[in-house]
Amino acid sequence: MQFFGGSEISPSPPAPAASGNNAHMLYIFNRNGVCLLYREWNRPLKTLSSQQDHKLMFGLLFSLKSLTAKMDPTSVEKGNLGVPQLPGQGCSFHSFRTNTYKLSFMETPSGIKIILVTHPRTSDLRDSLKYIYNLYVEYVVKNPLYSPGTPIRYELFNKAVDQYVRGLG
Amino acid sequence: MAPAAPKSGDAIFASVDRVNAELFTLTYGAIVRQLLTDLEEVEEVNKQLDQMGYNIGVRLVDEFLAKSNVSRCVEFRETAEVIAKVGFKMFLGVTASVTNWDTEGTTCSLILEDNPLVDFVELPDTCQGLYYCNILSGVVRGALEMVSMKTEVTWLRDMLKGDDVFELQVKLLKQIPEEYPYKDDE
Repeated sequence: MQFFGGSEISPSPPAPAASGNNAHMLYIFNRNGVCLLYREWNRPLKTLSSQQDHKLMFGLLFSLKSLTAKMDPTSVEKGNLGVPQLPGQGCSFHSFRTNTYKLSFMETPSGIKIILVTHPRTSDLRDSLKYIYNLYVEYVVKNPLYSPGTPIRYELFNKAVDQYVRGLG
Repeated sequence: MAPAAPKSGDAIFASVDRVNAELFTLTYGAIVRQLLTDLEEVEEVNKQLDQMGYNIGVRLVDEFLAKSNVSRCVEFRETAEVIAKVGFKMFLGVTASVTNWDTEGTTCSLILEDNPLVDFVELPDTCQGLYYCNILSGVVRGALEMVSMKTEVTWLRDMLKGDDVFELQVKLLKQIPEEYPYKDDE
């Protein structure tokens, strides 16, 4: 199925590299903290229940965003730490790396947050996250049977995401 | 990181899948007619069209953000320009213009000279109170609500009622910042 019409506006997927799944997990949250999607491909260590895990992840991102915006040395106006920000406003972090994994993050102005956890030597994944957002729009948002704000349970979307992530270097 | 000026919607309009304009106009006309038959009251139909538009708007905004790649607008003026130049172009194929800014910069008017929804349409005498394009006001309201702006959208001028253009007034009521959704004790 060809969507996007081959335009150069939406990013074309980066060329598939080595086989094998390099990504560990994917989360998609909406603005209210509801975890719309959680995909797991390679996660040997699980310490929390899913609910706690999602809350922890969302809370972490919320705080990190707030912190990075407040510490911005180039920004003129700074509110107090803890004051809620509009989604997409100010500077937003897009990844952090530890010695065992790299977490890449993207937030849209509509509050959709996409998080991808991969192995630490992955290059910048911002275009890939944008592509996943495009997949979300095509398979989920445009589906009339989907109620916005509820977890996604569509095999077609899951398959498309799995296939794309498997091809990431 | 992101460009300041809103990009033109022409490029995106050229790249998305398009539907036949007459099919679109006639389908919308059929919807309005059916609503009039089902609900009978013109006010009810207006409300229903607005609600339908709202439901469309909350989904449309994600598609808009994904395809147009605009970053967060710094102020409402930019938002209005982006809606008029990129949004309307991308989804309706026509550009609107933005005028009538009030002194605080929270209210403006979007002027549509060309509106594909109303081709071939004439309002009969029994439906003079009908806002035929009310779905558009719902779409704008729904989409803006998903980007944290609570707005009130009303029609000021309507070509079907004898005016020379369509004028849609968008008033920003307030910005709703994101709130931490979980209670602190958990």
